[in-house]
Amino acid sequence: MVAAAGQSPSAHAPVVLALRGVHVSLGPAAQVEALRNITLDIHAGESVALVGPNGCGKSTLLRTLHGLLPMAAGERAVPQASRIAMLFQRPHLLRMSVQRNLQLGLWLAGMPWSQTRDRARQALERVDLAHLAERNGRALSGGQQQRVALARAWALQPDVWLLDEPTASLDPHAKRDVEALIADFRHEAPPPGRLPPTLAFASHNLGQVKRLATRVVYLEQGRVLADLPVQDFFDQGLLDAQFPQASAFVKGETT
Amino acid sequence: MNSFSDSVATALQLILAGDTALWAIVVRSLAVSATACLLAYSLGVLLGAWLAVARFPGRGMVLTLLNTYLAVPAVVIGLVVYLLLSRSGPLGFLGWLFSFQAMVLAQSLLVLPLVTALTRQVVEDSDRDHGEQLSSLGAGRTLRSLLVAWDERYALLTVLITAFGRAISEVGAVMIVGGNIDGFTRVMTTAIALETSKGDLPLALGLGLVLLGVVLLLNSVVALLRRWRERLDGGDLRMATT
Repeated sequence: MVAAAGQSPSAHAPVVLALRGVHVSLGPAAQVEALRNITLDIHAGESVALVGPNGCGKSTLLRTLHGLLPMAAGERAVPQASRIAMLFQRPHLLRMSVQRNLQLGLWLAGMPWSQTRDRARQALERVDLAHLAERNGRALSGGQQQRVALARAWALQPDVWLLDEPTASLDPHAKRDVEALIADFRHEAPPPGRLPPTLAFASHNLGQVKRLATRVVYLEQGRVLADLPVQDFFDQGLLDAQFPQASAFVKGETT
Repeated sequence: MNSFSDSVATALQLILAGDTALWAIVVRSLAVSATACLLAYSLGVLLGAWLAVARFPGRGMVLTLLNTYLAVPAVVIGLVVYLLLSRSGPLGFLGWLFSFQAMVLAQSLLVLPLVTALTRQVVEDSDRDHGEQLSSLGAGRTLRSLLVAWDERYALLTVLITAFGRAISEVGAVMIVGGNIDGFTRVMTTAIALETSKGDLPLALGLGLVLLGVVLLLNSVVALLRRWRERLDGGDLRMATT
């Protein structure tokens, strides 16, 4: 039984991504049940943290939200025809200049190549990396590469950002930079006529969850065991009383 | 022993003096193998990149056949091409037997599985790594494989050089379909085999030394490419992950 103990401030905003009774199986013979009966509404302007032990299905859930994985059952809906960008733990830049990496991303999203140049330049300025535009993407530091990957996503003006542990492989300094950028993008004013940016991210870092999230979805073995506003998730008394598994997880992570 | 050192000395003389018979054979060898490699490479890279991302029933069987084809000896390829090109064979009308074209065809067929299999491996590994990100950006399967192949261009250049090394050093196929005709289809390996059996060791040794030099050069280029690529990828990310 999953109950929201309090109302998230964005609960009445329009739904931008929804899953209904979704099951996902992975493995060569689809023998691993990675997600079981997931029903989730993500509202415009929310920042949803997906937390849980390793292998609980966070990454699979993000990929399913994006539509990258086939579902064994259930439905996925994108009611507002939102544009979705996804970032992975590793930035996955190709062996070409930083500028070209961004242009390629825009071109793949359907922008004519001739228009990609200016937009790419703008995005690099947004993450303070315009001076590295001509460098080979793979030759940058991990933090710089992840900032380029963020710029590549930002250039697409996504309505929804899906981030799979975007700071997990970075050193503390780069972690801070990248997290600051994510927070910044989330509070950016949307283009006219568009909904405020929405975020869903997987994280192992409860400090980061506290700083970035408005809502926390706790997963274990492919099931959602708690779905709470962030302040309730960090209310140990409430967790003890109603969500024993989540409570045990938080205690384990903080001790 | 004395005759061996004499032969080496004469061989070096032949090479350095620019002996026309020797260098004509070297140039012909290089031309046959280069043409064959370019043909097989343009087809093999596309085929390998496609196989890396394509999912169809029987794919496992195709990969097994490809790997088996990889192990087929050059003489068997030569025999098959001989039968294809012989007067009564399906390609007999081309009149290619014992010609430059026949040798190119045989060597192309010899290195095609090598290029295809290595490309498939390189592209599939890289696609496992970057494929999802490219898909999330909107790339379809075919575009994804081409982008990944482009991203692995240095590795694929190594594949080309490996293929060339295999082609230039094989003897069985060119011997059968080329016929080792003096001044026409005689290449380094077939000439070495013939001259050795005739007892003309200096020419055989001279060609052997040139062949050794070519293979050494190819391997040095591969090593340099690898080092260059590692320098290009000099970010600290690879250390942080895996």
